[in-house]
Order: sequence, then C-alpha cells, then structure tokens
Amino acid sequence: MIDLKAIEGITNGSEDSLKQYLRALPPVDQVGVEARTAVLATRSIKNASKNWAIDLAIRMVDLTTLEGGDTPGKIKTLAAKAVRPDATDPTVPSVGAICVYNDMVKIARSQLDALGGQHVPVAAVSTAFPSGRASIEVKITDTKDAIAAGAAEIDMVIDRGAFLSGQIGKVYEEIKIIRDVCGDKAHLKVILETGELVTLDNVRKASYLAMLAGADFIKTSTGKISPAATSPVVFVMLEAVRDFYMISGQRIGVKPAGGIRTTKDAIKQLVLVNEVAGPKWLDPSLFRIGASALLNDFLMQRMKMRDGYYSSPNYVTLD
Amino acid sequence: MSNFEYAPAPESTAIVDIKSEYGLFINGKFVAPKSGKRFTTINPATEEVLAKVAYADLADVNLAVTAARSAFTKVWSKMPAAERGKYLFRIARILQERAREFAVLESLDNGKPIRESRDTDIPLAAAHFFYHAGWADKLEHAGMGNNPKPYGVAGQIIPWNFPMLMLAWKVAPALATGNTVVLKPAETTPLTALLFAEVCQQAGLPAGVVNIVTGDGVTGSHIVNHPGIDKIAFTGSTGVGKAIAKAVAGTKKSVTLELGGKAANIVYEDAPIDEAVEGIINGIFFNQGHVCCAGSRLLVQENFADELLEKLKRRMSLIRVGNPLDKNTDLGAINSASQLARIREISDSGDLEGAERWSPACNLPQKGFWYPPTIFTGVSQSHRIAREEIFGPVLSVLTFRTPQEAIEKANNTPYGLSAGVWTDKGSKILWTAQRLRAGVIWANTFNKFDPTSPFGGYKESGWGREGGRHGLAGYLKAGK
Repeated sequence: MIDLKAIEGITNGSEDSLKQYLRALPPVDQVGVEARTAVLATRSIKNASKNWAIDLAIRMVDLTTLEGGDTPGKIKTLAAKAVRPDATDPTVPSVGAICVYNDMVKIARSQLDALGGQHVPVAAVSTAFPSGRASIEVKITDTKDAIAAGAAEIDMVIDRGAFLSGQIGKVYEEIKIIRDVCGDKAHLKVILETGELVTLDNVRKASYLAMLAGADFIKTSTGKISPAATSPVVFVMLEAVRDFYMISGQRIGVKPAGGIRTTKDAIKQLVLVNEVAGPKWLDPSLFRIGASALLNDFLMQRMKMRDGYYSSPNYVTLD
Repeated sequence: MSNFEYAPAPESTAIVDIKSEYGLFINGKFVAPKSGKRFTTINPATEEVLAKVAYADLADVNLAVTAARSAFTKVWSKMPAAERGKYLFRIARILQERAREFAVLESLDNGKPIRESRDTDIPLAAAHFFYHAGWADKLEHAGMGNNPKPYGVAGQIIPWNFPMLMLAWKVAPALATGNTVVLKPAETTPLTALLFAEVCQQAGLPAGVVNIVTGDGVTGSHIVNHPGIDKIAFTGSTGVGKAIAKAVAGTKKSVTLELGGKAANIVYEDAPIDEAVEGIINGIFFNQGHVCCAGSRLLVQENFADELLEKLKRRMSLIRVGNPLDKNTDLGAINSASQLARIREISDSGDLEGAERWSPACNLPQKGFWYPPTIFTGVSQSHRIAREEIFGPVLSVLTFRTPQEAIEKANNTPYGLSAGVWTDKGSKILWTAQRLRAGVIWANTFNKFDPTSPFGGYKESGWGREGGRHGLAGYLKAGK
C-alpha cells in the first residue's frame, strides 16, 4: 500500500488543492506522443529476447471473462487455463491473475485452489463496473462482497462523469474509500476508462488522481469501450508512474486492457514499459495485461519459437 | 536475463548489389573516367571499403555538361510537359519499389541508422519525385508568370548527410521544370546516387537528362566554373557556399544555396515537457546531428531548466548507439574520419572554454567513426560550441529568462536556417515565430520535412528555397 505521507505537501486532499495540482501538471502533446510511440513500435524483438518477453507477458496476463453469459462452467475452464495455459507443455508459466465479475469470484477461487493454482490471484471488477453509475454505498458493498469471496485484487472504475464535470474531489474520495475497503486484503487497480476521457491531458490527470488516492495499479479500460489500451494512452500512463515514482518513491503498476490481441501488440507494450517506465516495471507486480484471446496467441508463438514453424490453431485449447 | 536486452536485429545486406567499381554516369551510360583516377568509398561503421568510384576531372565534367546541353536542346525542352511528368512519376515509383535496396545502401555508405534511411530518407526522396511530377505540366500556375522557362543545364552539388534525399531535392524540381542536370554527389557517399543512375536507365529517361559525376571538391569547382552551366544549386557548408557565390559573381549563372545552421530550439516553461524532450533528442541526435537544420542550441527557460535537463539526460541514456543496420539502432556512425575530427575539435573547445560536458554511458564500437550523444551545459553565447556549426551529436544548452531574451539569443547568430518553439500556448508560438529570423520554424516538433513545404535559410544559411511552389522559382526564369 502506498505511503501517502511520502507525498504529503503535494495536496491536502481538498478538491481545490487537487485541482490546483492537476492543473500544474505539464501538458501532453498528442502529436508528439503519437510520433514517439510510432518509433518505439519499430523496435525489432527477436530470438532470446522474444522468448523471454513471451514468458514474461504470459505471467502478466490477467485472464479475463466479463460477460453477462459467464457461467460456473466457463469460469472453471478459465481457471484451468490460468494455472496451466498449455496442457502439453509444463514449462509455460501460470498467468498473473484471472479477472471475473463479483459473483464468480468464489467459484474461480475454489477452482484455482483445486487445480494447484493457489499462486494465481482472483481479480474482481468492482464499483458498478463498467459504468460506475451507482451510489458509493453500492460500490462499497460491491467491493466488500468481492473481497469476502476471495478476491485479492479489485479492479474498480472511476466515475468518469464526475471527472469530466470537474468533480475531481468526488473521484478522489471514491478511490480513497475503496482503497480503505481493500485495506491490506486486496490490491487496488483503478480503471480510468481512457476511451471516455478522450484526451491525453485527461489521461495524465486521471492517472495522478488515482495514484494520489492510493491506487496500486492504474488501468486503461474496462474493455467495454473502444478505443481501449492504445499505445499513446499506455505511454502517457507509463510516464505518469515513472514521474510519480520520482516524487513519491512509490512504484505504481500499469495495466492496459482491451484491444491487445496479438503477441506482437503485447511485445510492443513491453517495449513501451522498458523504455518509458524502465526495466523495474517489467514484472507482473507492476505491469499486467488484461486479455483473453491474447493468451492463445502467446502459446502459438511459443510453439513457433520452439518448433520453428506455425502450428494450426487447433493445437491450442479454446476455453 | 534480468532485463529486456533486445537481440541484434540487423537488416540483411543481401538485397544490395554493390559493384567493385563504378564509372561516371554520362549521357545515359556508365563510362570510365577520362582522368583514369578512382577513389574508394568506405562504410564509416566498419571502415571497410565498399567500392571504387570514378574520379571526374575537367575533361569528364566537360563531357557531362555537353551531354546535358544536348539533351536539353534536342529532347527535354521540346518534350510536352505532361510527358516529362510521366518520367518523374516513373522514377518515384521505382524508388518506392526499390526502397529497401536504397535504404540499406544509404546506411552502408553513410552510417545512418536503417530506421532513418528506411522510414525517412528514402520515402521522402520518393515523395519529392511524386510531388514535382505533378508540377511538371502546371508550371503556368506556379506564380512565375505565363510560360516560365527552364534555365537549361543545372549543376548540382550535394552533401553527404542525406545523400539520396538531397539528390531528390535537387533533381526532382530541376527535371520537373525542364532543366537537365549534372550532379555531383559527396565524395564520401556516392553510392545511392550511382544506384539512382540505374533507376534513370530503368525508367527509360532520355540519355543526358541526368548525368552523375563523382569526385571531390575540385570536381565540384569544375562544375561551378563551367561556362556551359546555367544554374548552380549547392547544399553544404557556408564556407564553400561563399566560395561558390564569389565564383559565379559576374557570370550569367543563377545560384541557390542551402548552407549551414545553428538552430535555436526554444523551450518555454509551459511546454509539454516530455514531448519537448523527445523533440530536443530528435532535433540534435537525428542522423547523428549531421543535419544543417539540427536544433543544436537548446534555449531553455531558466526556471525549469533543471527539471528539463534531468528528463533529457534520462532519455539520452536510452539512445542506442551502434551498428547502423540494426533496426533498433538510434544513433549510427559519424560519416568520416575528418568529420569526427572536426566534431572532436569543436567539442573539446567547449571543455576548454568552461562548459560542462555530459554523455550517457555507452559502448562505442572499436572500428569505425563514433561519437557519443553529448550535451554541454553552462554554455554562454560567446562559446565556440554556441556559435559554430558542429554537425555532430553535440547539443549546447543555454538558458533564457524572458521570451524577449530567448528571441535575442536565438537570432544572435550569422545563421538562420531553422528554429523550434515549444509551448502549449498557441499565441506564444505565433509571437515567437514572427520574431525568429529563420527559414523554417517548427512548433512543438522538430526536423519534420515535406516536399510541399519550402525549405531554406536567412542570412548565411543560404539563398533561395527548395521544395513547395517556392522551390520551383530556383529552376525557372519568370515568364511574361
């Protein structure tokens, strides 16, 4: 958990001081960010680096299902996949976590435990995910339910309406309250839903707001809104955690989610991590990728690196 | 592996067929030099010899000029303008088709990173041909009066920093406007120009319209002094530019010059700081700083200089220096031993004059010509490193207190090629740009080029413009 004392003096938590603080952040130039991310996208990752990157990226995956149609059966197969992504190859590491709705946490936890996946945490989306349109009482209850059911990570959404209407204090307070509910029982990931914040200036401001309020991770998107984890957005968030570390000495994690479907995309994200936040962030404790279909692409790339040719998609399991 | 070591990702050189020996390209054919002399061109990253190239003396230049004159009077000036345009379109398409070949060859001969030759030099060279191809039959609308006329034979001398791109900047407008060309590429980087000669053959360009003579400064002076040449276009150092201006004074020759620069890159406190850092990096380390419009003087507002420099140093430590053909390389080799010596000499004067030098830790290769990315802080206006063009990856950092002071310092130079302004305030960009005496001013970006945009200098940075409608004026005599 973040030691807020370390950043005391920056803001006293009042809406005025927060507004002042966010206003003083340096502006972001969208064109410049796009140009830089385009250059970083041309980094060529090969051979040993690629093998290393794929296994690291598998360990960073928050294997996700967030459908109205999720059933216990679906969650159970997901849990099995999370523990052993490739049934034919025990050298493939488990994923970082599985990410489900509140009411599926218990089934997910017990299934993971039953399969020897005690090391794989369950993340629950919370606070009236995905819209965040509910009273704070509902959000608190939502979060408490998830933790009680065994969630070790809470992926909360911010109130974008409040943010866009200038009620910065409300967004901050809600994150703080959920932070307190999580206590030391659960890690808190704060979803900014950057597709609704639209501008990179907003992304930078919301990132700082979440970090000041005590987020362990800042996360791009719910996956329900497009665009989601675009490179410029992730780039600005990585700059935010890098600069926040300089001020506070605290390393905050980043989680892009939504739209990352191929190994190539994921490796581009790791290049951003490496060159923006730095190599310290190349760890599942500080970088996660919210995804579902992506995992199978990792497995196919891994087979290709091992065997020297691409296999049929029939050789990876659809779960 | 504890961190993300990118494995080497070298671009293959198999696509390029470098001959052991090249002739001069005169009247549509490669011919042996009358001089009988040859010189070598090397790969500056390894010091390996790439090829032997013909040395053109006066007799060879005479042949080239005669061929160009004959092509002008008999073929090129009589051809319908739309037909001329077709040849330019054809050349542009061939450049795109053979882009990878050109990019690899450029990086081999020049030392620049393949990422830049692949993503900047060659695509822009093709774009210049496409752009000017469109002009060929529309010159009536170029603002040069009715029926503007070509000069005739253009003598063109280009530098080694962007060999193929500078060729395109020169050849495309000359051909589009109906001139024929005698072009001399730089002594250290002749190979892409000679590959371009093959493209002219492939495109079926009439013999003599483009002639390429390789050689050194003496060859260049034969072109400049040749009575059969109507127009001189030169890109290079201010010293040589002045000599050319003297040489053609009193003759009928028309001249355009693109010369040196010492661009101010002004960063205000309200700039988007992270993107400004990127822009500073791009401004001075793009193409190893071998850029006449490089942002080699950073003028940063004093009240946030520390913050900016911390970020700049952090970012500089990420610059990947090494094999130009590695796709992950950011900073390649210095083009020649003599240029490296010049960079060293001026930089060392920075140490002597009391500026503070900083470079990130980097392992420079043993062979070849290399210089680490370097910044000098504590630089004052009177230091040589603040006044002279270093033409290398060396940035001088100066501070200012007020916008007025920024303008004064920025303009306090004999040069005036380019400048940069970084602020989030639109009105401040305009206020600053109106007061800067420079031909190109970039706002919140740097080193962006486009064929539609005229490029050229104030003061000792040159005469005339290249690119855009304005660039056509350098190759046309106004009509009635």
